[in-house]
Amino acid sequence: MSRSIISQPCPHLLLRGARVVDPGAGIDQTLDVLIEDGVIKQVAPQIPAPDNFEMINAAGLVLTPGWFDLHVHFREPGREDEETVLTGCAAALAGGFTGVCPMPNTSPATDKAEIVKSIIAQSRQTMVDVHPIAAATKGREGKEPTEIAELVDAGAVAFSDDGCSVRTAELVRRVMEYAGMYQKPLIEHAEDESLCLKGAMNEGVIATKLGLSGLPTIAEDIIVARDVLIAEYTGGRLHIAHISSKGAIELVRRAKAAGVQVTCEVTPHHFSLSHEAVIGFETNTKMNPPLRSPADVEAVIAGLQDGTIDAIATDHAPHSSEEKNVEYPAAPFGVIGLETAMGLIISRLVLTKKLSLSQAVAKVTVAPRRILNLPPAEIKAGQTANLTVFSIEKKWVVDKTKFYSKSRNTPFDGWQLAGKVFGVYHKGQWWASPDF
Amino acid sequence: MIVSKHLLGLAGVRREEISLILQTAQFFKEVLSRPIPKVPTLRGKTVVNLFFENSTRTRISFELAEKRLSADSVSFSASGSSVAKGETLLDTVRNLEAMKIDMIVIRHHASGAPHFLATMIDAGVINAGDGRHEHPTQALLDMMTLLDKFGTLEGLKVAIIGDVAHSRVARSNIHGLRAMGAKVALCGPATLLPRAPREAFGNDIEIFTNVDDAIRWADALNVLRLQLERQASGLLPSIREYANYFGVTRRRLEAAKRDVVIMHPGPINRGVELESDLADSEFSVILDQVTNGVAVRMAVLYLKSGGDLEVANGAA
Ligand SMILES: [Zn+2]
Repeated sequence: MSRSIISQPCPHLLLRGARVVDPGAGIDQTLDVLIEDGVIKQVAPQIPAPDNFEMINAAGLVLTPGWFDLHVHFREPGREDEETVLTGCAAALAGGFTGVCPMPNTSPATDKAEIVKSIIAQSRQTMVDVHPIAAATKGREGKEPTEIAELVDAGAVAFSDDGCSVRTAELVRRVMEYAGMYQKPLIEHAEDESLCLKGAMNEGVIATKLGLSGLPTIAEDIIVARDVLIAEYTGGRLHIAHISSKGAIELVRRAKAAGVQVTCEVTPHHFSLSHEAVIGFETNTKMNPPLRSPADVEAVIAGLQDGTIDAIATDHAPHSSEEKNVEYPAAPFGVIGLETAMGLIISRLVLTKKLSLSQAVAKVTVAPRRILNLPPAEIKAGQTANLTVFSIEKKWVVDKTKFYSKSRNTPFDGWQLAGKVFGVYHKGQWWASPDF
Repeated sequence: MIVSKHLLGLAGVRREEISLILQTAQFFKEVLSRPIPKVPTLRGKTVVNLFFENSTRTRISFELAEKRLSADSVSFSASGSSVAKGETLLDTVRNLEAMKIDMIVIRHHASGAPHFLATMIDAGVINAGDGRHEHPTQALLDMMTLLDKFGTLEGLKVAIIGDVAHSRVARSNIHGLRAMGAKVALCGPATLLPRAPREAFGNDIEIFTNVDDAIRWADALNVLRLQLERQASGLLPSIREYANYFGVTRRRLEAAKRDVVIMHPGPINRGVELESDLADSEFSVILDQVTNGVAVRMAVLYLKSGGDLEVANGAA
C-alpha cells in the first residue's frame, strides 16, 4: 500500500528567508517570496508579512522553480498494480517534482488522443502537472506514425516509442518532420535492437565475469548517430532519452557544436552507479540502458558539466516485487527514481562540487521545460507560483517501505543521502513533507 | 577453513580452499575404490537436486555422490522453458524452505540463479551450473584430473578451446586454475570469445584465435562442447568450417607436447570440436574426469555441510 499526499489550499503565503535559486532568471540569493492567490506578488529581501497570509520560515532552505521530470512511467493504462497516474503523481510530489511526462509504453500504448486526455484528466486532482508523451508510431510497432497533430491538440508534448527505438530511419525522418511542424521533439530511446538480443547488462568486463549476455554501448551510439544525422537533414528536434555511453555523449557534443537541434537527458542512476553494482545479481540494478562502465559514468559527469547533457530525468520505471524477485536474466528492466532523484543530485553532484547548485537545478527546472517548449516556471512577480523547497544539508536514509510510489524497485534502499524535500507549492496549494 | 556453506562459483575462492577440496576428494576417491564404496558421513542430512535444465551426467554424478555419503536425497528435474520461469523457481524455493532440508544442488539456465536461491533460503546451495556463468564442481574435477596427471598445477599451461563466451565450464576453470598457479589460454573464433577477457580474468590470460598456436603452447587442452545452435544465431558460418578450423584433431596434435592431455566436459560432439578417435586415445583423460566428478562432489557436499578433512580421515 502506498502513502497518500495531504496538501492544503494556501492561496496567500509568505516564504521567508530561503536561498532562492532560479537559473533561468539568474537568481541565487536569500530572499522572501510573497504569494497572493497562487501568484507570485513580490520577490525581495525582508518582505513584511501582510495580514491573513500564512508564513513559512524557510531560512536555511533552498527555494527553486518546481522541479520537472521529462521521463517517467506511470503504467496507466494497463499495469495499475505497479503505478497509477495518481500514485505516480504522489511519488513525484514527494520527490519535489511539480511536473512530469509519462512515457507512452503503457498497454495499450498512449497512441490516441483519448488516452492522452484521460491521463491528463486523472492528474487534475493532484498538485502535479502531467504532460503525456505520445507514441511516435501506432502501437509503438514502428510501422506507421501516430496521429501527431491530433495528439498535440490533446496535450501530448513530445513523441517517443520509448522502451525501444523508432524502428527505421524512414520513420524517424517522417516523425521528426511532422512533429517539427508543432515544435515537438522526437524523444529517442537509443538502442539498436539487433545488437541487444537477450542482453541483461552492459557488455564488458563485468558481464564477462558474471556470464550475463551484454547490451553493448555501440547499440546506443549507432542510433544516436543515425538520429543526429536525420535531425541535421530535416531540421527537426531530437531529444535523446537516458543517455548512458561515452560514445553517444560525444556524438551529441559534436552535433550540438555543428548546430543540430539535439538535446539529451541522463538519469540519476547512470551518474550514481556503474555496472559494478550488478555483481551479486541484485535485480534492482537491471535497467535499460544498463549501468555502464566507470569510464562512461565519468563521461556522463563531464557531459553534465559542459552542458552537453541538458537535463536530468528519472526514467521512473515501477515494477512489482513479484516480477523483480527472480533470477537476473528473467527480471524486467527498470527502477523507480522520483523519490531518490533529489537526494542523488544533491549528494552525488552538488555536494561533491561536480555541479554548482544552480547548474544542477537548471537540469530539472529550466532545461526540461525548454526542451518541451513549455513556458518556464520563473520566480518573479506576476508568475504563477510553482515552487520546490528543499534542504541540501539534511541527511536521510532511503527506506523503500516509505515510498509514495506503488512499487519498491530501487537500487538505493539503505543509502544515506543529503538533499530532502521540505515542501512544494503549486496550484495554490502547499504540501509539507511529513518526512522532513 | 571452508568460509561459506555455499559453493556458488570459484571466483574469489582461495587456493587453500581449493586445495582442501581436492585433498578431500582424493580421500573420497579412495573410498570409491573399496568393495563397499559408501561412508555414513552425511547420514541424516537431506539434499535436494534441483535441475531446471537437462544434464543427465551432472545430475547422476551428484546423486551418486550423495548416496555414497549416505545422505537422503531427492531430485527434481524440470526441463523446458514453461517451468523454467522465475515464478517457478521462487515458488519451488518457498516450498523447499517449508520442508527441512540441508542442502540444495541447483542447475539453472539463468546466470546467478544459485545466488538468488542463496539469498532466499537457509540451506547450503551448491551451483551445478548456472547459465553461462559458473560450473564450479566441473572445474574442480578438471583440476583434480590434471593433478593426477601432472602432480601440480603450478605453472601448468591449460588451453580452453571453443565457445568460451557462453561457457560456464570455462569461467570456473579460469578462476580455479589461476588460483592454483596455472597459466590459462582461451582459444576460439573471435565471435565465441568473451569481451574484455584480460580485464575480467587477469592480464596474464593468453588469447589465441588459431587452434594450432594454442595446441603448441599448452600442456593440457580443455576442449569445450560446441552448442550447435551457435550457427543459427549467426556466431558461426557453419559447423563444418568450425570443425575444420577449430576442431582438435590427431593431425593438429602432431605439433603438441608429447604428454599433452585432452579433457572435455562432455557430452562430445564427435567430429566437431574433437575428432572421434582422439576422444578415446591415449591423450584423453575424459573418463578419469567422470570418475573424479563423483569424488569431487562428495568432497564439496561433505565440506560444505560442515565436515573437515581430519574427521573424514578418522571416519575411514
Ligand atoms: Zn527508454
